[in-house]
Amino acid sequence: MKFGVVVFPGTWSDVDCFDVLNDVFDKPVEYVWHKDTDLSPYDCIILPGGFSYGDYLRPGAIARFSPAMQAVTKFAAQGKLVIGICNGFQILCEAGLLPGVLLPNNHLQFRCQWTTLRVENAHTSFSSAASVGQMLRVPISHGEGNYFAEPAVIQQIEEQGRVVFRYSDDSGEITPDANPNGSLNNIAGIINERGNVFGMMPHPERCCDPLLGSEDGNAIFQSMIDALNAAGISAVSR
Amino acid sequence: MAVSRETLDELALTDAEYEAIVERLGREPNHLELGLFGSLWSEHCGYKHSKPLLRLLPSDSPRLLVTPGSENAGVVDIGDGLAIVMKIESHNHPSAIEPYEGAATGVGGIVRDIFAMGARPIALMNSLRFGSVDEPRNRYLFGGVVAGIAGYGNCIGIPNVGGEVYFSDLYAGNPLVNAMCVGILSTENLLSATTGGAGNLLMLVGSDTGRDGIHGASGLASRTFEDERELRPTVQVGNPFMEKSLIEACMEIAKAGHIIGLQDLGAAGLTSASVEAASNGESGLEIDVALVPRRETGMTPYEVMLSESQERMLVVVKPGHEDAVKAVFDKWDLQSTVIGTSTDDGLARILDDGEPQGAPPVRTLTDAPQYRLQGVKAEWLTALQSRDLSEMPLPDETPADILLRLLASPNIASKEWVYRQYDHQVQTNTVAAPGADAAVLRVKGTGKGIALSTDGNGRLCYLDPYIGGMIAVSEACRNVSCTGATPIALTDCLNFGNPEKPETYYQLEQCILGMAEACRALDVPVISGNVSLYNETQGVGIYPTPIIGCLGLLDDVRANIGMGFQQTGDIIALLGASDIHTAPSTLAGSEYLEVMHGMVAGRPALDIKAEAALQRACRRLATTGVIRSAHDCSEGGLAVALAESCIEGRLGMDCGAESALGVKLEEGGARWHSALFGEAQSRIVVSFPPNRLNSFAAICAEEGVPFCELGAVVPDSFKIAGAIELSLSEIDTKWRRGLENRL
Repeated sequence: MKFGVVVFPGTWSDVDCFDVLNDVFDKPVEYVWHKDTDLSPYDCIILPGGFSYGDYLRPGAIARFSPAMQAVTKFAAQGKLVIGICNGFQILCEAGLLPGVLLPNNHLQFRCQWTTLRVENAHTSFSSAASVGQMLRVPISHGEGNYFAEPAVIQQIEEQGRVVFRYSDDSGEITPDANPNGSLNNIAGIINERGNVFGMMPHPERCCDPLLGSEDGNAIFQSMIDALNAAGISAVSR
Repeated sequence: MAVSRETLDELALTDAEYEAIVERLGREPNHLELGLFGSLWSEHCGYKHSKPLLRLLPSDSPRLLVTPGSENAGVVDIGDGLAIVMKIESHNHPSAIEPYEGAATGVGGIVRDIFAMGARPIALMNSLRFGSVDEPRNRYLFGGVVAGIAGYGNCIGIPNVGGEVYFSDLYAGNPLVNAMCVGILSTENLLSATTGGAGNLLMLVGSDTGRDGIHGASGLASRTFEDERELRPTVQVGNPFMEKSLIEACMEIAKAGHIIGLQDLGAAGLTSASVEAASNGESGLEIDVALVPRRETGMTPYEVMLSESQERMLVVVKPGHEDAVKAVFDKWDLQSTVIGTSTDDGLARILDDGEPQGAPPVRTLTDAPQYRLQGVKAEWLTALQSRDLSEMPLPDETPADILLRLLASPNIASKEWVYRQYDHQVQTNTVAAPGADAAVLRVKGTGKGIALSTDGNGRLCYLDPYIGGMIAVSEACRNVSCTGATPIALTDCLNFGNPEKPETYYQLEQCILGMAEACRALDVPVISGNVSLYNETQGVGIYPTPIIGCLGLLDDVRANIGMGFQQTGDIIALLGASDIHTAPSTLAGSEYLEVMHGMVAGRPALDIKAEAALQRACRRLATTGVIRSAHDCSEGGLAVALAESCIEGRLGMDCGAESALGVKLEEGGARWHSALFGEAQSRIVVSFPPNRLNSFAAICAEEGVPFCELGAVVPDSFKIAGAIELSLSEIDTKWRRGLENRL
């Protein structure tokens, strides 16, 4: 079992994701440079947060053309696991691996704050360690996390249960006040139809130690590890 | 004299300084050489008025790894083979002209100072000052500065973990934007801003050089201006993406051992970077400006040497290693070009395509004149200080109404509107976030933590620069001590008006003397800093504002405590005072006096010995697990501090009639406004379980620190017998929405 964390110029959550897998879960993990195209050593690819190539045009709009993303597209087509966090989610949408787009936050400001996520679907490779209705405390940090898609697309992903996390209040109610960026239907994370590509705006890698205010992010990493184990991918540590 | 008055004015050089240049060179300088002198002898680079005073600050510590002032930032050893690098710097004048880019490039500049030392930047903080938030122009500056800090800082992946914002009319034309950066390194990777002697290669890395920012150091930062809008072209534009790549590339080459020195191109651009490195390396230098990549055509050697284009670094490379270094920069798609060498003739030789353009001695360029002036205490200050506040009439409003008003005052209200725009968690070290007395970060790979605070009460410095200087240092250290951390180093940014005015020079000198006394008493050195003078508009100076950044060390980061009350039933006590009512009036310079009476007057006081004992006691109580919370009592006084501990802990408080606070209030105590809202120094609100009262009292006795019991933590109400009875949600709402409601 080996994780690959893609590093674009301007990426900054690469080390945070690496540290969680290495320090908290003791799993093999390596960095993948944006010009690399060989992803064969990896069982799961993480697209971390940051401002890839500066994101001066539109978040993820340049990164989708990178050599590494061409490889990630093929990797995903093989049914292997891909998770995009924050900028990674934006890149997945730009690359067409997930539907919809992340617009500027409806209040037009960057937001770094704790959010509560309600688990909507616990039957995915990214959420199985949680249970439906469970609330996870996970922070966001973005200026463009306002999830939008055409009504028909929204209807489809809702009907197929592909909304994995929604922003909720502390009691699990899905309210406008609990929505930090204007996302349609309070969507915080969605998965593709095949169930192997997942994107979320909040940062699970930032909450894997109680010292940092929450360890709820562990559920997402544990789910991926469980999924790889279930697929018969060796869990031996390095 | 061979130059015009206008030319000298543009460079902010005096006639006498010009004469000194001629004398030391033994000839008239040419246009380029004069430009180099103008920059390096500017207040900003040469510290003409402040250097003799800065020497008064204690800078000794066994933890220090470099001599303060000799490098881009100070370095302190924290054990485990690790060191912390930190510095604070102002970008006041650019931010007054163009708030977004001014603040953004301020962040960029201080970050480069940190990674120039070979350190990974791990935290940013900001101290900001603006005029009243009720004025549209001030709101524009405030919003622009915050957006600029967010826009730049968020992009480069360094958490912005705290700071402070204050509003006061005296900052209206001249906001303060002070940015602090903290970095960490393995001590064996420590780099220096040096050429390392003769024969090494000077490589310029990063952005192309343009005409932006020429005369930023000599003009913008070293003079006063009546219409700063004319100076907009002197403000640079930042490219945080380039900065992020520079950080990563420089981290890689710092570890690889190919380079001798690394230097940021900040104020005065290539000029100060190369000349300071040559000065540190006791060498000369030769640069051919024709080799410098440009973003504009037709630039003169003068313009190339003085450009302040952002995101550039000067790398001093060992001969033969240039290809290896270039390969790293190529990997990050960064341009790198060898533009010259260090030499053995002691001259700063500038060429243009091989043609000599000037060659002044490095030693003369870096030997700016120094001025020790005579300060004079202003008469208005004596009048303000002698104002008798013990006879201040009691207001008509109830104590509860006043508390709510103070909680909503922009200087006290929650700054969440600001810090939620900053990424304060990236790098996953942030244990205590913005809003706390001090930020706390874990140090990965060790069990340790660091605590960081920035403080500087300009109003108190205005009323007494000496005491105010002591208070600034004390409060920064006190905030760090409240987490349980031991203060080990300070960095300072001294924001003052025009030092050539005797009244302002008095403020600067007295403030530094006060800071020095506090540093000695609290046993903490100043390891780096920056001076920003000429902060005035239309002849009116700002509050003298020393901003102190404090670094504290926690041996066990998991033992850190916060400001919020933790558990119902805990005892609430005031550490540092045995009686709240008999003390002399403490309204001097208080937020209460300004908000309720529109008055800034009185003379603040501080007993530095008592302060040192208080902080020692607090750290002991925290690290031994006796107390569960600690919160500095500052702006707004005791009532506000108690309210903040309630809000943070989401718990209430009951100070009954029998408590030290309630007893006199119950009797209609005549001076209740001083008791509730006075701002006596050296006091900390703490809470602890009742069964630890004996240990608490024993430690206080051993440290010689008085205390008094105030009341108990309760679920949901805020009660001070005879004075205030409010619900937690009332105080929470006022405090939380206070600033946002005014924007």
